[in-house]
Amino acid sequence: MNRKSIAVAIGATACAAVPWIITNDYFVNLASQILIYALLALSLNLLLGYGGMVSLGHAAFLGLTGYSTILLVLAGHDQLTTAILSVVFSTACGALFGVLALRASGIGFLMITLALGQIVWGIAYRANELTGGDNGLTLPARPVPFGIDINSASNFYHFTLIVFAIALFCIWRMTRSPFGAALCGTRDQPRRMSMLGHNVWMIQWLTFVIASFWGSISGLLYIYYNLFMSPHAISLQQSAEALLMAILGGATTLSGPIVGAVIITIVKNVVSTYIERWNILLGLIFVIVIMFMPNGLVPGCRQLWQSIQSRRKAPAPETKSASEPAP
Amino acid sequence: MAMHRRKVLKGIAASGASLAVLKAPYVQAQAAPMRVGFLTVKTGPLASGGLQMEQGLLTYLKDRNNMLGGRTVELTTADTTGNPAVCRTKMQELVERFNVSCVLGPLAAFEALAIDDYIRSSRTPTLAVAGAEDLTQRKPNAWFTRPGATSAQPSHAVADFAAKDLKLKRVATIADDFAFGHENVAGFQRTFEDAGGKVIQKLWTPLNAPDYGTYISQLKPDLDGIYTGHAGSNGLKIMRQLSEYGLKGKLKVVGGFTPIDESLLQQIGDDGLGAHTGNWYSAELDFPENKKFVELMRRDYKVDPGVYAASTYLFGEVLDAAVKAVGGKVEDKEAFQKAIRAVKLQNSVRGPMHFDEFGNVVGNIYIRRVDKVGTKYVNAVVKTYPNVSQFWTYNKDEFLKNPVYSRDNPPARYLER
Repeated sequence: MNRKSIAVAIGATACAAVPWIITNDYFVNLASQILIYALLALSLNLLLGYGGMVSLGHAAFLGLTGYSTILLVLAGHDQLTTAILSVVFSTACGALFGVLALRASGIGFLMITLALGQIVWGIAYRANELTGGDNGLTLPARPVPFGIDINSASNFYHFTLIVFAIALFCIWRMTRSPFGAALCGTRDQPRRMSMLGHNVWMIQWLTFVIASFWGSISGLLYIYYNLFMSPHAISLQQSAEALLMAILGGATTLSGPIVGAVIITIVKNVVSTYIERWNILLGLIFVIVIMFMPNGLVPGCRQLWQSIQSRRKAPAPETKSASEPAP
Repeated sequence: MAMHRRKVLKGIAASGASLAVLKAPYVQAQAAPMRVGFLTVKTGPLASGGLQMEQGLLTYLKDRNNMLGGRTVELTTADTTGNPAVCRTKMQELVERFNVSCVLGPLAAFEALAIDDYIRSSRTPTLAVAGAEDLTQRKPNAWFTRPGATSAQPSHAVADFAAKDLKLKRVATIADDFAFGHENVAGFQRTFEDAGGKVIQKLWTPLNAPDYGTYISQLKPDLDGIYTGHAGSNGLKIMRQLSEYGLKGKLKVVGGFTPIDESLLQQIGDDGLGAHTGNWYSAELDFPENKKFVELMRRDYKVDPGVYAASTYLFGEVLDAAVKAVGGKVEDKEAFQKAIRAVKLQNSVRGPMHFDEFGNVVGNIYIRRVDKVGTKYVNAVVKTYPNVSQFWTYNKDEFLKNPVYSRDNPPARYLER
């Protein structure tokens, strides 16, 4: 445990020091983006990895928060009220979506979330008067939390990092709590869970609401970072990308979606500068990971590490067993 | 990490780029190449336009020995994938990482809108293809310049031609259902109705609709003509299907500057014969600069240049003049931007052109008719509207008082149910 907390402390310091390690604004901004997408993937992973519910409409929360933030700011509300209202609104939509989507499970659930996501996208695309349609909407400025200006790349990164750390801690606590255990139970044995007296539907619905809450928070960060919202940000492709981040990294782990977000964001933004066909590279990475590490990178690497460890230890008992019959 | 990056960047003027990455003070020197960023689309549905943009620009640079106004050019190309968020990241990369002096592109309106505030805050001279009206109208950006046309700039002229020369009275419009299509059709409708015509039907097709049959069969029977604002390969599709449904010859087809693009004209072929489109460019333009351009494009890429390729070639010409005007000192952004806005060309690839106070071009609009010359199809120029501004003949202040062109604006007064 002690070793673990030291590792966490080192990791946190390293993350906080990123703007001083990589001094170029572009890479600091990229790090902020990675955190934003990692949070989106993390929130989705509550449904996917822990709840066993595959959602293809998670980017909707990005859009609901983003659009409501812009519209409220344009209507003259201050940034704090706006942030609270838009997250509440988006989470409330999540609660409603949860009621609808949880009428089905498996493929049915997937199709309903897909449909709901597309409805949000469709409204954003069609309601020209409200959302600006294809041309999108622009947020006039980033907020100034506690009087701190977050316009510079490093300040924004730290702002994002703090929000991300809080979110990560909350999600970690949740997955380690009895509720988290119950959630995993509903994923693996829903009938047995309800026999044990758990309200399976309620557990899944609460998870959906919590996931949409953290998705909305990442939407808030997204809109503060980009200052621009258009239907492209909430397209099916974006939802699928968040899903792929979680699957690539390993949906059954907490750190998996973060690893997935790092890889996909870097390939999409950095590698694409050097490789024109970066889509193929991304596809190749998926194929290779799925072939050799079907549970995702993090569980796969953990397994690899364990097998190396045990192989390293293996010679010792072997010599023992070899020497045993001798005497 | 830096070592690795340096290795990757080897091809790109080793010293400059990696010094910039390491944040060493940038030494201003005339001998150093001028860095130019290029935002284009290489993946996704807009890639065909993006490819032509690249061809046009490379043709220009190759022809000029990779020089603009006496300075060697170091071009950094970025793929925006037609996504606003990626476009923003790539724009930041060009400015913050590669320290470019100016940016060419982006292609799509929503991309330009997504980076609008960043162009302002980073004060980067930007030449854009994107047609979004408001960027040079109600929300002008001092660092944004558009040498091509706004979405509706050529539509006004086509409308005038359709009403006065073709004497069309009752017209239906059909276009892609996104911002460019909306603005493009709105401009046509406004001028056409002001000239006495009536738009009695407006149809919008989804961007990725595989088939227009259901839309074409909705067309009213007593139309004089149809206006199409489709872009990219959708132009080819609508022309082909109009012909398949037996409307060729029965309906006068007019169009904006995108549906009958030279890059697709040979594939459109007979289906397009006789159709009139309005554009600020035609591969048939009889200017020496254009003849050279067309010849180079045919030699290197085996295609006639369309409007996207011409756009970036024109960017090259505009930049060349601007760099010359500031004596190569492009690192002084204010002066450079001022010089870009002040560019006035008499013999550009599109003929005479200059910029208005908003940074949008004032130049000729050509009405082109699809003709067959030998075995080849061409967009023959039949009429020239000289010095057309984005406001057409309307009063600028009144024009700006109206809301921006959109799907329902200006309202269609003569729609028939």
